[in-house]
Amino acid sequence: MTTNVTREKKIKMIPIFVMGKRYEVPETLTIMKAMEYAGFKFIRGCGCRGGICGACATVYRKAGDYKLYSGLACQTVVEPNMYLTQIPFYPANRAVFDFSKIKPEPEEIFKLYPEIFRCVACNSCTKVCPMDVEVMDMIAQLKRGDIAKAAEMSFSCIQCGLCASRCMGELPQYHIAQLARRIYGSLIALRAKHLQEAMQAIVSGRYEECLRTLMNTPDADLRKIYQEREMEPEMTGEDWTPKDKKCL
Amino acid sequence: MDLAYYPGCTLKTRAKNFETSALAAMSALGINLVELPRWNCCGTVYSLAEDDLIHHVAAVRNLIRVKEQGKNKVVTLCAFCYNTLKRANLVMKDSPDKRYAINIFMDEEPDYYGEVETAHLLQVLRDDVGWEKIAGRVKHPLKDLKIVGYYGCTLLRPQSVAIDSVERPTILQDLLKALGGTAVDFPFATECCGAFQIVNNRDIITERTAAILGSAAKSGAEALAVSCPLCEYNLRQTQSSTKQPQSGVPVMPALYFTQLMALAFGLDLAVCGFEENSPETRAWLKNKGLIS
Repeated sequence: MTTNVTREKKIKMIPIFVMGKRYEVPETLTIMKAMEYAGFKFIRGCGCRGGICGACATVYRKAGDYKLYSGLACQTVVEPNMYLTQIPFYPANRAVFDFSKIKPEPEEIFKLYPEIFRCVACNSCTKVCPMDVEVMDMIAQLKRGDIAKAAEMSFSCIQCGLCASRCMGELPQYHIAQLARRIYGSLIALRAKHLQEAMQAIVSGRYEECLRTLMNTPDADLRKIYQEREMEPEMTGEDWTPKDKKCL
Repeated sequence: MDLAYYPGCTLKTRAKNFETSALAAMSALGINLVELPRWNCCGTVYSLAEDDLIHHVAAVRNLIRVKEQGKNKVVTLCAFCYNTLKRANLVMKDSPDKRYAINIFMDEEPDYYGEVETAHLLQVLRDDVGWEKIAGRVKHPLKDLKIVGYYGCTLLRPQSVAIDSVERPTILQDLLKALGGTAVDFPFATECCGAFQIVNNRDIITERTAAILGSAAKSGAEALAVSCPLCEYNLRQTQSSTKQPQSGVPVMPALYFTQLMALAFGLDLAVCGFEENSPETRAWLKNKGLIS
């Protein structure tokens, strides 16, 4: 108990403003933890807490600075006098399409998202992106028809929607980028030959017997098989194979 | 010699043959057009509203990209890009208030004062290469070819950005002569093709291109040399006899001047991309003995 009190005394408390209201929070917390410390309970605007899901996009300003800053609440540490609010969702146009009819051509994207040509290259999307995606340049790549490049440039996008929130051309950049990645992934990127071979092996029933045997094995035996399975050594070459090759 | 080159979106999508022929033809003249590693759409149309500065941002950003490469000159092929970049640059050069507003808005970029010169490729050919050198590079003169130079609007208007005389331009004809062809004058050389009206009012384009092509035919020309992908598109889209049998629009190939250069220089035909021109183009070239 005594130790806890001593530790708490050492932690510096700083003021932050959440939706305009002042709170004193420990300076070491992330925005998300700080808001919880202040009494907020997240039922939306919070997902993985690991900087991946894009649910906790937050915009903030610092006292005396006209710049708008952004970050993920779960990844950004609080600063004294930051004024913040979360943007857990931003309404953006999302085109409906039948992907089986989509061709790997830029015109498909232009048809579904004609607003792409409303981009004036103001760069506000890039400035606000918490993942440092060059959003404006990514849109520029699509306008010139380079779907592969746009897919590559938007790879880190976590679909938080902050780009769309700042866009004066009202583009839903993150939905457009997702369409580009889908087209690239399924219609442009080279297919892996070994994957096709593996798929064929599955279809031809090569693993049927192995799987059926396992399915018919009692639980206790299954556990034993699992515990006694041959493990891949920690340091080994690419060509390692188990001794029992029956189910390879 | 290396020159910084701004392609623009259309040359990467609907006018690839303009770019491939230009790169090859310039390379044959010893000039490498080096594409900017980073660029965005130029904004397409220069905004005429006095206080509409946001629509100059795209163009200015590209000029800053040129500066970032340590260059003070950029070459364009697309007539629209040329016009938009050039005019936005004049704003940055001549209007201190607008320059201040644009620079302060683009606070993530270095300040820009209009120091990059935008040149159209035709200007490079005339002023930096010279007609004589071009004539010297010709292997297959375009003899017996009667061609009009069709300028359209954006290379010549407004006067502050015109690459040649606004009233009587000769730069395209001079190039055609250097290539060994017969340059035919015609009164519609600087008329508008109807531009973006193609999107929602095709009739305007049909009427405009019929007048342009009719005048060219009356002057004895067999083809047009163009520099604007939108002019080329409009001329191609409306004249196809199979699509519009009643339109009365004469059939006449419209070729990019760079395609004619590649032909005259005897370069690999693949760089010309004639399959993207009107269907009649190949037949005409074959008939003229220029391709087999």
